[in-house]
Amino acid sequence: MKKPLNIKLIGEDGKRHDGRTPEEMRPVKMEVGVLYNADGSALVEVGRTRILAAVYGPREPVQKYMVLPDRAILRVRYHMAPFSTSDRKSPAPSRREIELSKVIRESLEPIVMSELYPRTLIDVFIEVLQADGGTRTAGVTAASLALADAGIAMKDLVAGVAVGKVEGTIVLDLDEVEDMYGEADMPVAMAPNLGLITLFQLNGVFTPEEMETAIKMAEKGILHLNEMQREVLRAKYSNVVG
Amino acid sequence: MSEEEKLIVVPGEEIPAKEVEVKGGQGVYKKDDKYFAATPGLVVLSEEKAVFMPLESIYIPKPGDVVIGMVISTGTTYWILDIKAPYTAFLSYQELLSKRFNPGTALLSLYLKEGDYVIGKISSFDRSRNPTITLRGSDKFGKIIDGTVVEVKPISVPRIIGRKGSMLNLLVQASNCDMVVGMNGRVYVKCENRDMENVVALALKKIEAETHTSGLTDRIRSFLEDHIRGVKK
Repeated sequence: MKKPLNIKLIGEDGKRHDGRTPEEMRPVKMEVGVLYNADGSALVEVGRTRILAAVYGPREPVQKYMVLPDRAILRVRYHMAPFSTSDRKSPAPSRREIELSKVIRESLEPIVMSELYPRTLIDVFIEVLQADGGTRTAGVTAASLALADAGIAMKDLVAGVAVGKVEGTIVLDLDEVEDMYGEADMPVAMAPNLGLITLFQLNGVFTPEEMETAIKMAEKGILHLNEMQREVLRAKYSNVVG
Repeated sequence: MSEEEKLIVVPGEEIPAKEVEVKGGQGVYKKDDKYFAATPGLVVLSEEKAVFMPLESIYIPKPGDVVIGMVISTGTTYWILDIKAPYTAFLSYQELLSKRFNPGTALLSLYLKEGDYVIGKISSFDRSRNPTITLRGSDKFGKIIDGTVVEVKPISVPRIIGRKGSMLNLLVQASNCDMVVGMNGRVYVKCENRDMENVVALALKKIEAETHTSGLTDRIRSFLEDHIRGVKK
């Protein structure tokens, strides 16, 4: 979308429109075990973005033709609630949601040890309650927490963050406005302990130098998120060590 | 005893030990001679070894496990049981009906119908086939006709049984109830009266909530003392 001329996204002091420095993330809040009926669940807030993830399974799939003989199927559904955006979003799955479900599934598949649960189905529901940019990356973060909460064996936790270019500056964790009027948006998800990048998309153009800075910036953000994920999971068992 | 150190690990974190004993056999994976947690778990480190106890897990059937299943459907010669696992279990009519049974003339749902609970043992299970249940081997096996079935997390089952059955003994002796603990996280309780069953159910729920805390046996003992006094008038 063309940016209206009167909007300045980077101020003269180098701060962004909401007062953040370029490498500063929005405040993040995480919570696990928020749903009673689900086997695992998590709520992740990144600024005004708010995502709920629920995990069911491993369970026997209702449609038997789906099963894989050697591992579990991971089924991911990314969905935006009709009230999550300023204009009502139709609750029917859109092209974009189907694509995001696929890329989020692919970002989780390398870390879920699905070979332990052959012929079963693991359902991951990602519900966007409020959207303000970075929903797919926050969705990955929430889904990985919910999987850990469900007790499904995983090699690592994944977390995601977006990096982008706004008025020529590389910035971390774009919000809706920056995503809409910025020049580039690159969501990245990583499994830091495995050293894997499991989600990587780019909308826009980066020079090789900018790309290098951007990946470094994303890594820093993801390490911070991973730290929080581990903390919030550990807090759930704080009564164990006593 | 040597110094022990307890720490909580979450998926992807390294367990700082050369050798790790995994309770229940799940929740740890090995990469490049190092051990990593795959599920949230409690690691007890001592000088000689590390013990990993998962804090979340999924019940995977094992041959020999005593389980409590719920009938979810009836076939002409078998029942399908839900055993709180990723797989449903298969119960052949021959396990329950010893006399010659003609599937053409009688209905299996006369013997077990949907919603009935059955105590049995896993007789076979592997990665390629769903578990089968046998009702032979103990007089406790068979259809549950009275009492209460309490659902707990499978992860709490070892604690309900306790070291060498200590917790279970405590529960049985204090309440004078008949109990069968299914490895899949269902516990059958049969007492003289309903109130006592409820007390035992509450005690089981307390164990479930405080599974990994220490000194639990003492707390359960005083819990039972306080509440059983109320039941016996």
